[in-house]
Amino acid sequence: MVTSVTDQPFRLLPRVTTHTKPFWTGGADGKLRFQRCGDCGYWLHPPGPICPECLGKNLVTDDASGDATLHTYTVNHQSWYPGLDPPYVVAIVDLPEQAGLRLTTNLVDCALDDVRIGMALRVVFEQYDDVWLPFFEPAGSSGAGGMAET
Amino acid sequence: MDAVISGVGQSQIGRRINRDPLELTVDATLAAVEDAGLTLADIDGIATYPGNMDVPPGFSGGGVTELQEALRLNLNWFAGGIEAPGQLGSVISACMAVACGLARHVVCFRTVWEATAQGQKGRSSAMPGIGAAEGGASSFRVGSFMQWSLPFGAPSAVNWIAMMAQRHFHEFGTTREQLGWIAVNARRNAGLNPNAIYRDPMTLDDYLAARMISSPLCLYDCDVPSDGSTAIIVSAPDTAADLRRPPVRVESVGTAIHGRPSWDQWDDLTTMALRDAAAMMWRGTDLTPADVDVAECYDGFSFIALCWLEALGFCGKGEGGPFVEGGERIALDGALPLNTHGGQLSAGRLHGYGFLHEACTQLWGEAGDRQVAGDPEVAVAAAGGGPLGGCLLLTKG
Repeated sequence: MVTSVTDQPFRLLPRVTTHTKPFWTGGADGKLRFQRCGDCGYWLHPPGPICPECLGKNLVTDDASGDATLHTYTVNHQSWYPGLDPPYVVAIVDLPEQAGLRLTTNLVDCALDDVRIGMALRVVFEQYDDVWLPFFEPAGSSGAGGMAET
Repeated sequence: MDAVISGVGQSQIGRRINRDPLELTVDATLAAVEDAGLTLADIDGIATYPGNMDVPPGFSGGGVTELQEALRLNLNWFAGGIEAPGQLGSVISACMAVACGLARHVVCFRTVWEATAQGQKGRSSAMPGIGAAEGGASSFRVGSFMQWSLPFGAPSAVNWIAMMAQRHFHEFGTTREQLGWIAVNARRNAGLNPNAIYRDPMTLDDYLAARMISSPLCLYDCDVPSDGSTAIIVSAPDTAADLRRPPVRVESVGTAIHGRPSWDQWDDLTTMALRDAAAMMWRGTDLTPADVDVAECYDGFSFIALCWLEALGFCGKGEGGPFVEGGERIALDGALPLNTHGGQLSAGRLHGYGFLHEACTQLWGEAGDRQVAGDPEVAVAAAGGGPLGGCLLLTKG
């Protein structure tokens, strides 16, 4: 086993399943990818066995735009895990593809004082092992990708 | 609902008392049975939340099986589990059991020993996957609903509730200066409760100066991990003649959740499942919020109590901040005494059951120095936050 030294913060990673693989690995292609109903077009998150809107089982994978707006957030100051240092911004973002379609994520590349509910955001991905975690940064930012800092 | 509460009991309550949690459960059970004027031979049912669980550490003090075995009870009905409308969902199940004739006297219990389990290392030591973070299990992967928050450094309900509070602040102009009164009020009441954990006076300035945990929630917005067990005896109404004193009547209950059972996909993040539970409780009675003399509302985080106040109709939606501001309305001598024992914020995180224990104690007029004046006749006991919520409307027997 090759051990590499990394400056990535510690992350607990999700167990990737058939259902969740498109979401957790879409970042490899730079895509924010969801399950979607092939019949009525409803976006499903988290993924499920059936479309809750039309009860169709023709479920496909589709790419979202990667745009979002900040629905709400918290600046976490508590140290939960060694290797993941506070403060950092945990956020819930609204995706424009569908009312109520949301993600919990981290806001990156944004000073804490600049965080505003309603701000326009853009997805960025960071690879950890076989998972590409979707983070969000202010739309139009440089893409440097650092955790939000004071 | 055709059920009454005939007795309540608690074990020793404290921080890191290092006692066997099952022993705490037994102590609370024996106290509650005696309080009801019954004997163990009368008990024919057990209900508990969340059942026997090894993780997170200290979250469960044993399940139905452990208590039945310890006391060699003969059961006609039992239920234990975590998939319930909040911690008090177990009590509501017991109410249904006696109403349906499946049991006569059900002991309901909730035992925690989180203070001892977390030891000196605090809450972080109880976080899921902490072993992986410490290099113990590199292959650990997160499943279930936790996979949507844990990779983003949000393993605790404080993070999830904080985001709801922040949205409430944004939509309604709620402030920390308002929210803080829930904590200050709890501490004020805890000072009159000899069994409370934190009893030293606390001012709003103390609250505002506390370290931030997950904005806008600070240390004093979070309840205090504790050790202790609470037991509640739910009985069939026709057993009243066998009881030590007139039981508390269960007037109505709320168990509904009409949105998605999720912390982040819920339709309105300024409220919670408790919105639907509260509405259901009022649909089941002719009483109204104006009739309530005492409100015991879950404050695992202060913001949850604020949400309960709104959902239960004590104020309008979004008006919780102004409602609690200044702390007079929710004081012991106010229009709506709130969390009269000190809540979980100051009396200890007994996880839901402490509110029901206190509601009954107030209705029986047995709350000592913290007794609400005027012979209260109607109380609400409400527990749970996020996708968990259940509540009971209680009246003096």
